[in-house]
Amino acid sequence: MSDKSDLEKFRHETRAWLEANCPAEMREPVRDEEDVYWGGRNATFKNDAQRQWFEVCLEKGYTVPAWPKDYGGAGLSAPQAKILREEMSRIDARPPLSSFGIWMLGPALLHFGTEPQKKRFLGEIARGEIRWCQGYSEPGSGSDLVSLQTFGEDKGDHWIVNGQKVWTSYADQCDWIFCLVRTDKTNKYQGITFMLFDMASEGVSTKPIKLISGNSPFCETFMEDVKVPKSYGADSSGDIPAYVGEINRGWDVAKYLLGHEREMISGAGGGDRTSAIGAAMKRHAAKTGDEIDPILRAELAMFDVDALAYGAMGEKFLDEIKVGKAHPAQPNMMKYVGTELNKRRHELMMAAGGSRSLEWESEDTGGGKPARGWLRTKANSIEGGTSEVMLNVVAKRILELPGS
Amino acid sequence: MALYHDDDQAMLADTATQFMAEQGSIGKQLRHWRDKDCPDGFGHDLWKQMAEMGFTGMIVDEADGGLGMGNVEAGIVLEEIGRNLTPSPFLTSSVLAASALKHGSNDLKGRYLPGLVSGDSVFAVAIDETAKHRPDRITTRAEKSGNGFKLSGSKSFVIHGASADMIVVAARTSGADDDEEGITLFAVPKDASNMSHDAVRLVDSSVATHTKFDGVELDGDAVIGEVDGGREILDAMLRAGRVGAAAEGVGVARGAMDMTVDYLKQRKQFGKLIGEFQALQHRASHLYSEVEIAKAVTIKAQQLLDGNSDRAELMSSVAKAKVSKAAGLAVKEGVQMHGGIGMTDEYDIGFYMKRDRALQEFLGDAYFHAGRVAQMSGY
Repeated sequence: MSDKSDLEKFRHETRAWLEANCPAEMREPVRDEEDVYWGGRNATFKNDAQRQWFEVCLEKGYTVPAWPKDYGGAGLSAPQAKILREEMSRIDARPPLSSFGIWMLGPALLHFGTEPQKKRFLGEIARGEIRWCQGYSEPGSGSDLVSLQTFGEDKGDHWIVNGQKVWTSYADQCDWIFCLVRTDKTNKYQGITFMLFDMASEGVSTKPIKLISGNSPFCETFMEDVKVPKSYGADSSGDIPAYVGEINRGWDVAKYLLGHEREMISGAGGGDRTSAIGAAMKRHAAKTGDEIDPILRAELAMFDVDALAYGAMGEKFLDEIKVGKAHPAQPNMMKYVGTELNKRRHELMMAAGGSRSLEWESEDTGGGKPARGWLRTKANSIEGGTSEVMLNVVAKRILELPGS
Repeated sequence: MALYHDDDQAMLADTATQFMAEQGSIGKQLRHWRDKDCPDGFGHDLWKQMAEMGFTGMIVDEADGGLGMGNVEAGIVLEEIGRNLTPSPFLTSSVLAASALKHGSNDLKGRYLPGLVSGDSVFAVAIDETAKHRPDRITTRAEKSGNGFKLSGSKSFVIHGASADMIVVAARTSGADDDEEGITLFAVPKDASNMSHDAVRLVDSSVATHTKFDGVELDGDAVIGEVDGGREILDAMLRAGRVGAAAEGVGVARGAMDMTVDYLKQRKQFGKLIGEFQALQHRASHLYSEVEIAKAVTIKAQQLLDGNSDRAELMSSVAKAKVSKAAGLAVKEGVQMHGGIGMTDEYDIGFYMKRDRALQEFLGDAYFHAGRVAQMSGY
């Protein structure tokens, strides 16, 4: 009972705090890349509101609310973190800081990191000082990631890394990379190390990849004789290794992280905002004296059923994962459904927009946002594990079907 | 509130799972009564046993002799009913009629609830008038007559209508057929004069009636709630019934899916277990995803309903629509993946397909509810 009233109290306080501290400009859905604050050495704020929102959250530990206070978080319990999320979403508050450090490296370090490693890297992430990118896929290793070839030659106190990564998100704007590197060519699964190094290191170069959307959120990353020390020094409590977990056991970390990535991507499909397409169409149609095509309306309705139901699934999944009730392979299912839904949503938005949504450069469409956004979603069911791989994992690990 | 069962609910689920698997199995109930051509379509002994378990009156208030539980708990029992395809008057009596009677006078409660709690009574609800669920249009009329009413019109798809000791009938006491207001709910007793049932066996072996009211004379105290004030009660009853039907549908879906996945692990063709074929694995995984989501949205809707949330209306329609689609997929994939044996009467998977079809239609199918979702979402 006291737990319940404590949480109610927390909700009231949170609501009041958000009311007092979240600027009005930060209470609108993210419209484009500039609306997202990624942090990092070269970060700039789009406007004062974005800076102010980041700064008050930083002070409160709300850039990473569920992380322990020692590492820059607010140390919120799972139910408290859920309340904060709910209260932020209630007023459409934007995340104060977004980064692959928060979503992916952070959870890996929290799970596998040494104490001084956590203090240094998690702190930098929480304060938005270092922007991380992820070096996983290679030209020949997509779905079959474990076949990766980028090699780190052991030179005693350091490695010399050579190879190429692909689909590194925003590599050209990032400060550091967490990177899967083969350190033992004789052992496929237990021959990979999860390395951390500075993108400014000599021998690292990036090249943006132009996508069908015309945008370049991804890069190729080349590593040519890059020297990666095995340690970044030590503090009083111990060593700061340049790798997460153990040498040659990076695949364990990667698998753990892929779970997080799938959760993150799977969040894209649901939510209550989905029903906005139909309502907006109807408002627009009313202005022009048009009516929504009844077959399109029907498809929108079936989509909203699926999206709202998936929203409940997301909530249930988060609730269950906190108490260890969720099947460990469940993120694969969430990722599969969430990304397929998001693609469907954009198909419907294109249909709802008609010829207007085909415009590629016009001012009215913000430089072709509908079309470019639609094309971008086609990667959702490829990146972070294809839908087909997700279905394989569900078949094997959840349904326990034979020979899969 | 977390979207999973709390400790008490988990305990109830264990009990219900075990009880329904033992007593409500296809062999003991559905197939048994179907083969006997039972005119009720369900077994009264099991209904009594369910009363002894406390199930029949579980959502009845404690003051009225029930357990005072909610839609989450009723859903737990319904999911097991669905999984075992147990023919049972639980949904119509213990969820729909019981929800309506919550709004009734003490006199009405005293007349009907003890029989429900003890398992001696069975109730039905008469809402639909055409072959599609359309509760916005009610043409059955109840005219004032002396101190009471005279009921005229006809209802269809009255599940257990001929077996019921009392039927909750939605009738019009004022206004035009499509009016929102002017509805009154009546508790019509079995022995009412001028009421006739045309019983029809349905595809799932359940028995429904086309029921005619040819000037049925009712006392004023047969009114549930207020005269002309029935729409709200009807809506509340429909919400509970739809979420209940969704829970039962989740059970049907899971039962069919489990049976099918088991079959994929046993059946060999081309020298392999057919579950090794990726063509089937991907379809099974997709089905699993859909059923999990159906389960999630159903417990969400149950909790919203129990919490009197203003989103309960929307989410109960989302749940009914989503479960209809997911369970429909489960039974279709079930029969297809079983191959020839799935088409035989001897094998149980076909029963799932039949039950699902009837359940999809009951209280509005996926199209009906998706349409409502669109409407409530402003388009």
